[in-house]
Amino acid sequence: MITVTHYLVVAAILFAISVAGMFLNRKNMLLLLMCIELMLLAVNLNFVAFSQYLNDMGGQIFVFFILTVAAAEAAIGLAILVTLFRNRKTINVQNLDSLKG
Amino acid sequence: MSFEQVLFYLFSAVLLAAAAGMVTVRNPVFAALLLILCFFTSAALWILLQAEFLGIVLVLVYVGAVMVLFLFVIMMIDINQAELREGFVRYLPVGLFVAVAVAMEMILVLQSAGFGRSDRYQGVQHLPGYSNTEALGELLYSDYLYPLEIAAVILLVAIVTAIVLTLRRRPDARSQNVSQQVRVERSERVRLVRMVAEKRQERKTS
Repeated sequence: MITVTHYLVVAAILFAISVAGMFLNRKNMLLLLMCIELMLLAVNLNFVAFSQYLNDMGGQIFVFFILTVAAAEAAIGLAILVTLFRNRKTINVQNLDSLKG
Repeated sequence: MSFEQVLFYLFSAVLLAAAAGMVTVRNPVFAALLLILCFFTSAALWILLQAEFLGIVLVLVYVGAVMVLFLFVIMMIDINQAELREGFVRYLPVGLFVAVAVAMEMILVLQSAGFGRSDRYQGVQHLPGYSNTEALGELLYSDYLYPLEIAAVILLVAIVTAIVLTLRRRPDARSQNVSQQVRVERSERVRLVRMVAEKRQERKTS
């Protein structure tokens, strides 16, 4: 019998892997964007699991909207990445310090 | 072990292995392909959770649109891999430590809360005629109509933003300015020159 805990554990490990990915690929902006997508996937898995085990469709509606916002975010993020590469010839996050932050 | 359990463990193992491969692989194209595998296996897990519509939407939207966009961008930009990979080994221990800490904390909380054994989390087995898409649609177009419209506006803004950000004005490129072409007057194009008529030359015929 698969309980909700099984799904939550899988989502937790997936989230941890994507956090580790952010540490490992901290210079490559493209892989950072991919790690964000993976994190959102882990969160969505939580939502779907609770939606099924609590018998509440609200969770699936929420996943629907998260998917929408994540798709918009990926499109804008990649557009910024392309513009950045055109102007600076690099996507190394460490070189992007013009704002002196 | 029931068939459902076999499927769950199989898909979970593939999902986690593909995710681990994605964050460690050297080539960004392989990373994108492994992320696609992650999305496919997650869609399978969602279908196991009886969320068929969202599973199919995940494959269509993410694998079909977002990941193709990622692959396009990877192939369009020419990045120096060696420079971006430096520091990978140096940050491996701290990355692993944070990952294991995050995962262990969440798993310990989940185990102690006893979600699985509680009567509230029994889940529901739907009848054969039940349609997940229909239930989702009914809810989406009644209770969540206003958020749906806001989501549509967000997507529109994303389209406009992506186009405006990547639009490039090139001054050296030749292009037509139609309004200028229509506004043109005769005096700008035709110049009448008054000149003395020349004498006809005698044609020399032998």
